[in-house]
Amino acid sequence: MTRKQKRLAVIAGAIGFLGAATGLTLYALGEQTSYFYVPGDLAERPVGVGERIRLGGLVERGSIQRSDDTHVRFAVTDGIETVAVRYNGILPDLFREEQGVVTEGAFDQNRIFVADTVLAKHDENYMPREVADSLKEKGVWQED
Amino acid sequence: MSIELGHFALVLSFALALVQMTVPIVGAKLRNDTLMRVGEPAALTNFMLVALSFTALTFAYVQSDFSVLNVWENSHSAKPLLYKITGTWGNHEGSMLLWVLILVFFGALVAVFGRNLPLSLRANVLGVQGAISCAFIIFILATSNPFARLDPAPMEGRDLNPILQDIGLAVHPPLLYLGYVGFSVAFSFAIAALIEGRLDAAWARWVRPWTLAAWIFLTGGIAMGSYWAYYELGWGGFWFWDPVENASLLPWLGGTALLHSALVMEKRSALKIWTVLLAILTFSLSLLGTFLVRSGVLTSVHAFATDPTRGVFILGILVLFIGGSLALFAWRAGTLTAGGLFQPISREGALVLNNLILTTATATVLIGTLYPLLIEAVTGDKISVGAPFFNLTFGPLILPLLVVVPFGPLLAWKRGDLWAVSQRLFLAFGGGLAVALLVFILVDRTSVLAALGTGLGVWLVLGALTDLVIKSGLGKVAPAVAFGRFKGLPRSVFGTALAHAGIGLTTIGIISVTTLETERITAMQPGETVEIHGYNLRFESLRPFTGPNYTEDQARFVLTRVTGKAMGEVMSAKRFYTARQMPTTEAGIRTIGLSQLYVSLGDQTPNGKIVVRIWWKPMVTLIWLGSLIMMIGGTVSLLDRRLRVGAPMPRGKAAAQGARA
Repeated sequence: MTRKQKRLAVIAGAIGFLGAATGLTLYALGEQTSYFYVPGDLAERPVGVGERIRLGGLVERGSIQRSDDTHVRFAVTDGIETVAVRYNGILPDLFREEQGVVTEGAFDQNRIFVADTVLAKHDENYMPREVADSLKEKGVWQED
Repeated sequence: MSIELGHFALVLSFALALVQMTVPIVGAKLRNDTLMRVGEPAALTNFMLVALSFTALTFAYVQSDFSVLNVWENSHSAKPLLYKITGTWGNHEGSMLLWVLILVFFGALVAVFGRNLPLSLRANVLGVQGAISCAFIIFILATSNPFARLDPAPMEGRDLNPILQDIGLAVHPPLLYLGYVGFSVAFSFAIAALIEGRLDAAWARWVRPWTLAAWIFLTGGIAMGSYWAYYELGWGGFWFWDPVENASLLPWLGGTALLHSALVMEKRSALKIWTVLLAILTFSLSLLGTFLVRSGVLTSVHAFATDPTRGVFILGILVLFIGGSLALFAWRAGTLTAGGLFQPISREGALVLNNLILTTATATVLIGTLYPLLIEAVTGDKISVGAPFFNLTFGPLILPLLVVVPFGPLLAWKRGDLWAVSQRLFLAFGGGLAVALLVFILVDRTSVLAALGTGLGVWLVLGALTDLVIKSGLGKVAPAVAFGRFKGLPRSVFGTALAHAGIGLTTIGIISVTTLETERITAMQPGETVEIHGYNLRFESLRPFTGPNYTEDQARFVLTRVTGKAMGEVMSAKRFYTARQMPTTEAGIRTIGLSQLYVSLGDQTPNGKIVVRIWWKPMVTLIWLGSLIMMIGGTVSLLDRRLRVGAPMPRGKAAAQGARA
């Protein structure tokens, strides 16, 4: 190979790598991101069974039911609509009634939201930004 | 009184930073030695002033002076002394003050160690450091004043967030900031080079030790943060691809690329403009990280006391510095001479490949981290980009780099022989393959990734060893001669080998924990036993205990092998901090060899049992041990005489000859 051909091969290799990276990123952005909903959004933008989303809101007062094993049921509300959530595992330390929460998972056939992740927060004053914004929009939550 | 003194010192240091930012740079422009020399005393005094200011705040914390708003909000008189001190930076205001303290610390270091720098270069570097200090000091004074008073002073403070009441707070933020802010030196050098329009190999010799030092700290900061989150949060994860974690990974990736490209520039005078750009980008990523962490624009599990309104100010600083430096780069980069040429198959070629892959990987992490912000700004939809995205993009991009790492140090500069290098690496390859097969046959036949990943890690470790063996000539010359050569190898060769072996160990740890870990979640009551990975864990008792500022329920577990051999006890607890009314989980961790057994407590079930989550985490400690070895490698390399901080010239031709070995 001449010097020019070598240089071309190197440049082609680099462009190929960058192209592969771009393709992979675009694919992953399309497939692996999940949208954020509060319960009230579900009427306007329906979510199919099995579609992965993030569901946020406040944990409804009196809705937490623990079973004798590790399953927990609770309800997430934005003051207008409420969604029943099922979760298996250990809840974060700051999971409480009437506290902001973000769960990640999908709806099952019975329209129960099966969460595999319940987001923990490190700070008791801290409200997930999406939850705070959505609740403010709906006029349910005021800043103190 | 002392708190006002601290406030006043900070205001003074702002005024002084204004001087440091303007006078030396103007002096360099006018070629006025007297003006240029102002930078040095200004940087030193600035450090003393900010240190005084920081000490005043720490003093208020130690004394539990609740007439200071910041202390009242984040401290408690019953808190142990260590947490009173570390609490100084366990909040937004104090942590920004620590950030600035470290920034002016690096400025002072440049002033002290830079005495043999060309005067105009030093003046410009200190000027740029002054500009950065200026921006962040005014940020603290205007929006995040830690010295605000409270009248009347309350009797008791509101305590520090319990999660932060841990030794991790003493180590993690300072290390992380030393890393973040340490890259400001490389940035200032890059800007100074652009202002002067002059860039030579001596410049790279200067930038590399500073970058290396920052990289060592950042490696430690990230590893420490990872381990802290692992044991403190009680959900056993070591990395969540959370925005705040990504914010620290981004400058690390950029800094790693910068280290390698500066090497090419120093040794071969190539990749000059690229190195300058990387220096700018790396510190820009540090600034971006500071913005993401402090503003809370992205939902993070590690968010503490964030404030979006103050985020706008940092965003302004960000735009000013990143935009300004990139504009300067676009304008002035043409004046810098381009470097030499080389063959694609060579040490330089390998380092370019390293840079290509690292910067691409950085870009994907950056896109994934910022994409939610972009989408929200454009369509208003709120989305989250989580671990699946990063595993799918970052993983496949970074794996090829790990595969080729052992080739790099063995290739010659200018023109390398790939075939000869492959032959030398034959044993390392065989070792990796053998381990991969063993893992597949003996450990887990379902996971190809576990086998290949472990094999990859072993290949990296053995490849690093091969480099040392070849360079000392072991097997080719008499053992005594080889040993002599081994001792005579430049320290940077050992540093490289250690750092690359460290990456290998970390890879083994990450792969084995993600593919081979086992987990049990079950509700238990005292007396019950659960079996995991050949061990029996018996729930012995649950007892209340009272600590200095918390109460807890301590669960005692007895661990035995299935064969009956006693392995001691594991304690796990559910803690309740009274001042903040906040519960935390104290995980029980038992290290067995390189692996760990991790026990975490959950809530009580209606029938009086307790939910217990138990993990067997194979080889998990290698993740952090590998990072530690990377840090040691970096430190060894930093001690290389040819790289000694401030060495203006290579030590004669003899040293240069040795470098080529």
